[in-house]
Amino acid sequence: MSAQRKQGTQLPSAPTGRGPMGMRRGPMGGMHRMMAGDKARDFRGTMARLLKYMSPYRVQLVIVLVFAAASTVFAIVGPKILGRATTKLFEGVMGQIAGLAGGGGAGIDLAYIGHIILQMIGLYLVSTLFGYIQGWVMSGVSMNLTYRMRKDIAAKISRMPLRFFDGTNHGEVLSHVTNDVDTVSHTLNQSLTQVVTSVTMVIGVIVMMLSINLVMTLVALCVIPLSAVIIGLVIGKSQRYFKEQQDYLGHVNGHVEEMYGGHVVMRAFNGEEKSVAQFDKYNDTLYTSAWKSQFLSGMMFPIMGLVGNLGYVTVCIIGGYLAVKGTITVGDIQAFIQYVRSLNQPIGQFANISNILQQTAAAAERVFEFLTQPEEAPEAAKPVLLPKVHGNIEFRNVRFGYSPDKIVINDFSATVKPGQKIAIVGPTGAGKTTMVKLLMRFYDVTGGAILVESHDIRELARHDLRQAFGMVLQDTWLFNGTIMENIRYGRPEATDAEVIAAAKAARVHHFVRTLPGGYNMVLNEESSNVSQGQMQLLTIARAILANPQVLILDEATSSVDTHTEVLIQQAMDNLMKGRTSFVIAHRLSTIRNADLILVMNDGDIVEQGTHQELLARKGFYAELYNSQFEAA
Amino acid sequence: MTRLLKYLKPFTLLILLAIALLFVQAMADLSLPDYMSKIVNNGIQQGGVESAVPSAIRQSEMDRLALFMSPDDRAQVLAAYTLVNTDSPDYGRDVTIYPALANEPVYVLNDTGRAKTDALNPIMGKTLLVVSGIEQMMADPAKAAAFAQGSGLDISKLPPGSDVFAMLRRMPEAQRAQLTAAVDTKFAALGESMVVQMAAPAVRAEYAALGMDTDSLQSRYIFRTGLTMLALALLAAACAVAVGFLSAKTAAGLARDLRRHVFRRVESFSGAEFDKFSTASLITRSTNDVTQMQMVVIMLVRMVFYAPIIGIGGVIRALGKSTSMWWIIALAVTVLVGLVITVFSVTLPRFRLIQTLIDRLNLVTREQLSGMMVIRAFNRQDLELNRFDKANSDLTGIMLFVNRIMVVMMPVMMLIMNGLMLTIIWVGAHQVAASRMQVGDMMAFMQYAMQIVMAFLMLSIMFIILPRASVSAGRIADVLETEPAIVDPREPKQFAEPFTGTIEFRDVCFRYPGAEEDVLHSISFTARPRQTTGIIGATGSGKSTLVSLIPRFYDVTGGTIFVDGLDIRSVTQHDLRGRIGYVPQKSTLFSGTIESNLRYADEAATSETLERAAAVSQASEFIATKPEGLAAEIAQGGANVSGGQKQRLSIARALVKQAPIYVFDDSFSALDFKTDAALRRALKETTGRSTVLIVTQRISTIKNAEQIVVLEEGRVVGQGTHHELMASCETYRSIALSQLSKEELA
Repeated sequence: MSAQRKQGTQLPSAPTGRGPMGMRRGPMGGMHRMMAGDKARDFRGTMARLLKYMSPYRVQLVIVLVFAAASTVFAIVGPKILGRATTKLFEGVMGQIAGLAGGGGAGIDLAYIGHIILQMIGLYLVSTLFGYIQGWVMSGVSMNLTYRMRKDIAAKISRMPLRFFDGTNHGEVLSHVTNDVDTVSHTLNQSLTQVVTSVTMVIGVIVMMLSINLVMTLVALCVIPLSAVIIGLVIGKSQRYFKEQQDYLGHVNGHVEEMYGGHVVMRAFNGEEKSVAQFDKYNDTLYTSAWKSQFLSGMMFPIMGLVGNLGYVTVCIIGGYLAVKGTITVGDIQAFIQYVRSLNQPIGQFANISNILQQTAAAAERVFEFLTQPEEAPEAAKPVLLPKVHGNIEFRNVRFGYSPDKIVINDFSATVKPGQKIAIVGPTGAGKTTMVKLLMRFYDVTGGAILVESHDIRELARHDLRQAFGMVLQDTWLFNGTIMENIRYGRPEATDAEVIAAAKAARVHHFVRTLPGGYNMVLNEESSNVSQGQMQLLTIARAILANPQVLILDEATSSVDTHTEVLIQQAMDNLMKGRTSFVIAHRLSTIRNADLILVMNDGDIVEQGTHQELLARKGFYAELYNSQFEAA
Repeated sequence: MTRLLKYLKPFTLLILLAIALLFVQAMADLSLPDYMSKIVNNGIQQGGVESAVPSAIRQSEMDRLALFMSPDDRAQVLAAYTLVNTDSPDYGRDVTIYPALANEPVYVLNDTGRAKTDALNPIMGKTLLVVSGIEQMMADPAKAAAFAQGSGLDISKLPPGSDVFAMLRRMPEAQRAQLTAAVDTKFAALGESMVVQMAAPAVRAEYAALGMDTDSLQSRYIFRTGLTMLALALLAAACAVAVGFLSAKTAAGLARDLRRHVFRRVESFSGAEFDKFSTASLITRSTNDVTQMQMVVIMLVRMVFYAPIIGIGGVIRALGKSTSMWWIIALAVTVLVGLVITVFSVTLPRFRLIQTLIDRLNLVTREQLSGMMVIRAFNRQDLELNRFDKANSDLTGIMLFVNRIMVVMMPVMMLIMNGLMLTIIWVGAHQVAASRMQVGDMMAFMQYAMQIVMAFLMLSIMFIILPRASVSAGRIADVLETEPAIVDPREPKQFAEPFTGTIEFRDVCFRYPGAEEDVLHSISFTARPRQTTGIIGATGSGKSTLVSLIPRFYDVTGGTIFVDGLDIRSVTQHDLRGRIGYVPQKSTLFSGTIESNLRYADEAATSETLERAAAVSQASEFIATKPEGLAAEIAQGGANVSGGQKQRLSIARALVKQAPIYVFDDSFSALDFKTDAALRRALKETTGRSTVLIVTQRISTIKNAEQIVVLEEGRVVGQGTHHELMASCETYRSIALSQLSKEELA
């Protein structure tokens, strides 16, 4: 029975690239799927959308349904025909006895039985073939749909405004790509055919049972509601403990994560006892709810077994009685036993299916919701062709907020001339990085305008605008690939020599040479021999290679030691001679030679001028600058 | 798996009990088909007659039967019966059961038990057959003629109406014995079971002659057997529920114990063990792997133990029904297990591949999300989509392949099962035809075959699941068997009071476990009370490592660290750490409130202490902006406060401790210079009497320290005040010049 449940069409224990609660589809997996209470807000609407999404596979789906039903029907007819063989055998035996006792009488008609068996072999072969065809086509459909869904999500991500991701954590989006899509595909792969076969099975079996005997059918069918009621009761009861178990598992895991993560602090403050006491409290509660939920859910199988056996015994008693009366044959009893047993299973599945469908709808709903999120503001209908960018940039009364009620930039105006080095300074939260994001048009201004070479950047194609700008951020982003590939990301057509030249300019060439594999070393999350500072240097090399007309450095060297920073600064100044650059820095020493320093505080420019001018003014900047030398 | 066995010890009794119950359950489950076969064989086919030994026989009939028995047999049979007539004491009771008793005396079977009755079966069976045969012949001359051809004894030649039995009775004993022997050989060929089957109608006829209601006899038999089955089914279910209870208790209990042991063990780990396992892996081991074990134990008890019991029991039962058909089951099991093994040996290696491809897909997606700005800045959206598409189609391709292999399983498994049924019927039919088996037995055999095959199927699937579970078990055992590198001395020394807080590094060397080179080379310096000791150096110079040796997060690999003149390895870790206020580089807060985090240093701290610590660490201002003040919630890991706020709270926490030694490990990096300066000013006042160590990259932070230690690649390259170092230390000067202009340094 458990083998049937597995159905084989999905992975026996799902690869778990998921969180701690990731579903494992072991034999007990079905249980957990059943217990999770994940519901869609709009079940019907979502299902309708899902069906629409599946419409390209109309033909295949019809084939699947037909073959699944046919395969089941063939399998259902089996026991009754087989029963006839048994009956014949039984009659033969009775005849034989009579014959022996009385001399004469008919023997066993082996030819007839052989004939039936051949018939059955044919039937089962067809059923198997149909079953396999169904599975083959269905896996094709579900895998194709999975592929399409993932592709749509990925494409969607690239079209969405950055704004969306401010309020959503990456884990959530990731879980759409893996878990949600997986749930949908799993349902398609397994549950859809399961629904079809279960329904066919129940109807077919009832028809077959009726064709044998009405009374026995009625009695056997009394068992169904019984099992449904019992299963309902058990699930209802265990759900509570399952939820409790999940909650406390969460508490325990949370505590473990927190304590291991803060191990140093915990030890430094002698917090071991406190931590263990807290853990034991959670752990003991978890134990109670764990065994209760396990026990209750474990009762399902024995109860299903008992109900199955009840049916079996009833069939034996009533069947035996009726056989004596001559109403039915021995083969009928045998067929009936098989039918009653085969009813057990789809009923167990029915209890499951509504839950699975609910979960699927919930997963699909999340995916569709994501796919219908608003996308980036469309490009201007007729984008202005950007002339050669010299570096004339104007911020005209720029006003911006990540959300309408929280304005970050109030009224920002500044004019930048070609070849200038502009520094933006100010305390954390002053809105420095926001200016960069607006300039690159990751966000659109709420009020005012940004002009590049006298064109409002909203009139330009994003591609053209960004082509002209190079950007280095504090958070280094390098992808899983070789160092060479990562630097070349700035300009895919660059030669190896150009890449190396860029690396030299970024003062990272020597370091790369010391790495195993040099430029061919693959960077990944475990590349612990590449420090944060060195990664920053690589991103600088990437920007240098892109050779942009305007360069933006946002805390680009914050993790680089001060000595190297000075060297890079010189290289940059060389490189950007005659080009415009924006520098955001925490360490004020790095921006002393800027042509224009914009001092921001609370979303406004509070002062602007050169280093000397600003110091002389003895205002906000001077205070900020001097504070770093204050002695304790 | 075996490495964790000792943790199962407390549950031995529960497991043994469960196994015992599983035996009962299996026996009950297995006896059901047997009873079904009885309903078919005895209930239907034999009309409710179980054996050839009737419970009562008319005296006249018994006389006839006796004619065909050897004297020994006759004595044995008569001993088993009691003759009841109108004078007998039991007459009143017996006449209601056997109405014919009113007309003639009746032999009633003594209540002597099953074994005795079974011994009489062949004797009674064949004599009943002979007698009923003759009776039929007497009634039907045609049958007599047919019989005559075979035996040479032609009853039809006798004058009609003559009593064959009377004639036989007159025969001499020896001649009769000859006749009996001839009959014996004929029946010997049939076998006992067939004789009983064939005698059943005669027994039924005798019951009818006794005036009993044979129909109700039959339905009563069926009903009685059915009730027994029902009772067995209930018993099986009750056992299963009880086993469920025991297995749930065992599994959850083991999980609880494992979690508790692992957690305690990890809590005692030093940095070295954390580095060895990695924090993420330790978390997985304490949570997921343990939950995995819980599942495994449940399956172990419910399936792994049950499958062999039901399998072996099934085989024994099935062989009891027919010894010549075992090969069918063996064949089915072989084919089925072969199928499972083939399918899984093809797919399992690919599951691992699927896992890597899923990781790859996740990685690409994560990169696409985290690098969104860079990707767009460089206009590389198409490149990313191609990368995603590659990962996506790779995964889809292999998943499709695996799925299509896996879908073979179900239909083919069903085919094998059905094939098994068909074969049993076909072979069984021949057996039945040859009178070696009864139909009911064949039907029971089919059910046993099913149970056996299922058991093997369960086992083979378990063998696929268990190796994976044993990986989890191994990972847990790895943690449990790791001894923490840092343990308290057996006889710890006590710090002398008053405690001053002098820290001396004497020729300290340190090497991370498994590393090829030392990170710190013979470091020697002394940090004194009422002084600030600054430690400066480039990234990777070993600053943080150096201070992490003081609270013994790691043990030195060479030289000694003294605190107040005592080797820190000679006092307890608790005592040592109790004297140090430590602010880590990565500020970590725990979930709770601001207050609970500050109090983490000292539960008994007064609210003035808390407020003062907050004020010194420049945290008062932002705490004041929270409506709940000190009671404001802190999310796990301090996710709801900014980096700078976290750092300030982390400093405040250390200050609450009012420790004689303070260690600040690059603790001001997230603060802007203004806050940094204000904080240091306030700090100087509060920590005036303590020994203070500050690790930093900023010259300005330690410019005024009483002592500055300059590190370069794990070596002390300079030691002294700012001015001394500016004059004497090249490394220090280079760091300073990159941060401040000449005028500022003056």
